[in-house]
Amino acid sequence: MSEPATLVTMELMGKEYRVPSGLTILAAIEYAGYKLVRGVGCRGGFCGACPTLYRREGSHRIFTALACQTLVEDGMCLVQMPFVPVPTKPYDLHGITPQPTTLLRFFPEIAGCVACNTCTRACPQGLPVMDYIQAALRGDIERVAMLSFDCIACGICSSRCPADIKHYAVGLLARRIYGKYLVPPSEDLAVRVSAIEAGRYDAELRKLMELPLADLRARYEQRNFETVAEQHRDHSATQRYNSPMDPVDYQDELEGV
Amino acid sequence: MELIDGYPASMRESIALVERTRPARLGRTFPAMSLEERKALLLGHHPDYQAGAKRPLRFGPSKGLLLNHELADLFEARPLVRPNLDLSTIDADVDLLVIGGGGAGTVAAIWAVQSGLDPARVLIATKLRHGDSNSTMAQGGIQAADRPEDSPVQHFLDVMGGGHFTNRPDLVRALVSDAPLIIQWHERLGVMYDKDSQGRFVENPGGGTSRNRMHSARDYTGLEIMRVLRDEARNLGIRVIEFSPAIELLGDESGRVAGAVLLNLETRRYYIVRAAATVLTTGGLGRVHIQRFPTTNHYGATGDGLVLAYRAGAELVDLDAVQYHPTGAAFPAQMAGLLITEKVRGLGAQPLNRLGEQFVFPLEPRDVEAAAFIRECGERGLGIPTPHGICGVWLDAPMVDLIHGPGTIRAALPAMYRMYTRFGIDMTRDPILVFPTLHYQNGGVAADEHGATRVPGLFVAGEVMGGIHGKNRLMGNSLLDFNVFGRRAGIAAAHYARAHRPGRLSLAHVAEYERMLREAGVETTRTAPRILPDYRGKEALERYLDVPV
Ligand SMILES: Cc1cc2nc3c(=O)[nH]c(=O)nc-3n(C[C@H](O)[C@H](O)[C@H](O)COP(=O)(O)OP(=O)(O)OC[C@H]3O[C@@H](n4cnc5c(N)ncnc54)[C@H](O)[C@@H]3O)c2cc1C
Ligand code: SF4
Ligand code: SF4
Ligand code: FES
Repeated sequence: MSEPATLVTMELMGKEYRVPSGLTILAAIEYAGYKLVRGVGCRGGFCGACPTLYRREGSHRIFTALACQTLVEDGMCLVQMPFVPVPTKPYDLHGITPQPTTLLRFFPEIAGCVACNTCTRACPQGLPVMDYIQAALRGDIERVAMLSFDCIACGICSSRCPADIKHYAVGLLARRIYGKYLVPPSEDLAVRVSAIEAGRYDAELRKLMELPLADLRARYEQRNFETVAEQHRDHSATQRYNSPMDPVDYQDELEGV
Repeated sequence: MELIDGYPASMRESIALVERTRPARLGRTFPAMSLEERKALLLGHHPDYQAGAKRPLRFGPSKGLLLNHELADLFEARPLVRPNLDLSTIDADVDLLVIGGGGAGTVAAIWAVQSGLDPARVLIATKLRHGDSNSTMAQGGIQAADRPEDSPVQHFLDVMGGGHFTNRPDLVRALVSDAPLIIQWHERLGVMYDKDSQGRFVENPGGGTSRNRMHSARDYTGLEIMRVLRDEARNLGIRVIEFSPAIELLGDESGRVAGAVLLNLETRRYYIVRAAATVLTTGGLGRVHIQRFPTTNHYGATGDGLVLAYRAGAELVDLDAVQYHPTGAAFPAQMAGLLITEKVRGLGAQPLNRLGEQFVFPLEPRDVEAAAFIRECGERGLGIPTPHGICGVWLDAPMVDLIHGPGTIRAALPAMYRMYTRFGIDMTRDPILVFPTLHYQNGGVAADEHGATRVPGLFVAGEVMGGIHGKNRLMGNSLLDFNVFGRRAGIAAAHYARAHRPGRLSLAHVAEYERMLREAGVETTRTAPRILPDYRGKEALERYLDVPV
């Protein structure tokens, strides 16, 4: 039923292998006979374990990609990066008072950014990495948080940066500061937590636990449902954070690269 | 093969029908099933109920439990180490050993330290990198009843019904009562949940939930939670050893669990860790590919913890039911099995057959929804065939933007959008093809509401633990459960560790397990734990020479 695959030639760490086209780089490496321990994690574009450097025939450029999210091409010359060292000093988020200089204080090396845009060009998530480093430099924590949010910490940007910046660590700290200090805590949540701590639901939960199965089923079947429409009375998925940097507003990260 | 915006012409014909029926379907949703209808559908079409797929476990404390063959194979397998392994040199002597650096493990380690253990005496041992786990892959969200319209009682009902009332009620009570506390803890750790300007959470519905209580962080919810937890653990100074899975638990002469044997995957040297308490958080089993289904799970999800715990004497529950997520990607072939988050349906996308017709309520519990898809493709013959030989049903993704406004997909589902774009499909314009994929373990190691198993010194949390979700988990309850029970197990294990000192290390339980295998007549060369799946090409393996180099 399925169509026969044509073969392509990939050069893995200098050795040629014939592999079916239509495989991801990751699957092609395995097809060639490698049982991977490093350079693989989620296999679905979420963990950043599979950064890959490659060149294409007829181009002088070094390209970067996630091996699990990129199709193997004929003439690709590639290597996986098993590990990118990005050590950071420990910090205590709970003792920070966020200020415009906070990110610079923890990561002074961001001042050395030469705005070469290499990180942005290298990011397999298509994020505006240079822009978030520049925003960090200006102390705009919210913008860093928004622009870096989809970062999967693959480390490719850091491996290519002439200023030795630890991009994903900068983004992570900014997001934690933003989430903890700059977004208001939910009042509904606080009310509910106090109610639970005061034992408000204990009796009713105990009653349900002791109900005969038939009665519990009946209670279940009688539940009323909230509809999708009701949910969006006062929230909209596109207006989250009410931020001018909302993901739909800022630069088109996928087409811009 | 000629593709038109990502799809072959054969599939384009069906897409035209989807587009034709779309205006009439907006605002008209297929009705939900009654409990009776659900039951009939499951019996007829869910993989768990198919004859011949399972066999009973032949020995041990859960003898008789029906297991899929692939899972039974894990238990009917020989240990990787001999009982006479030299244990005389202890490489690490700690208060708490956490096995598995995913969500549950990291939460347990953090709370053990919050409960007073010295972070330098807490060790997380993990198979791949810290955080390479199913937790990182979770997209859709995490449940907690925190809106005035909702309550833990309502949440309790949803969980019990979703699990067909097979759940352990005390565990469900713990789950729903701790849920808001967990979200508040996350708020304080700086997890960036989707909120409006007043700090109110954006909360969506999910399959089988009667209230909108799904908290999310775009569609990178698990990634966001996991990276914050990992950062917190690191900042607390908790030790982590990567690429070193546990391959056997260690006991002591009084029958307690007292640590584990780790294997450095790169040097193959083994390490002996002695621990006053051990928390097992090894996650799920998707990579054993039950009934040959593709899976959404990460590379290391091979069910190791189940085997380790069973050999040490723990009991198993509800492992006869595994969860197939209704919406795994079915096209293109490179994405086969990858998860399409339930949030896509939560935001209004309807499942459709080849004719562009609805055939099921979009948010039935997962097993019911999956069975409906299988019936549509099988018995009813109304699936959409793909060039690579598998069949699927449509998920009408463009409806999301029609319902919630242009840009919603880009903003609320960036991971999904990015993934399809990488493979040439624009999900804001075209529907996407899905078919059930192996997703979640449902059952696991039996434990009480503090994660304590029946073996002293051994605690479990997260996907490896059973009983919470009964025979079927609802979306958003497992990110919740690894937090709730990770925290509880971490606290309980810290107390245990302060009260007990491990004695002389022993592998007597492994000898005992081998004896049980023999007595049950199991003769096999299979070994377990599996550690990693093997995806090497057939052609390469045919010429593989196992020679020392
Ligand atoms: C694609 C996907 C999407 C999901 N979406 C959602 C969602 O939207 N909402 C929701 O609530 N749930 C979701 N889930 C389920 C949820 O993510 C998991 O059930 C949960 O995160 C499990 O957490 P855990 O800590 O138990 O396991 P994991 O996070 O998988 O961690 C287990 C860890 O143990 C390690 N390990 C395994 N074996 C060993 C060993 N022998 N020795 C040492 N370490 C070992 C693994 O490498 C891993 O790091 C999703 C799951 C997947 C796969
Ligand atoms: S920002 Fe850097 S670390 Fe993050 S995904 Fe992009 S390249 Fe990888
Ligand atoms: S690669 Fe480094 S120096 Fe260049 S723009 Fe990015 S952060 Fe700045
Ligand atoms: S393996 Fe996780 S991103 Fe590629």
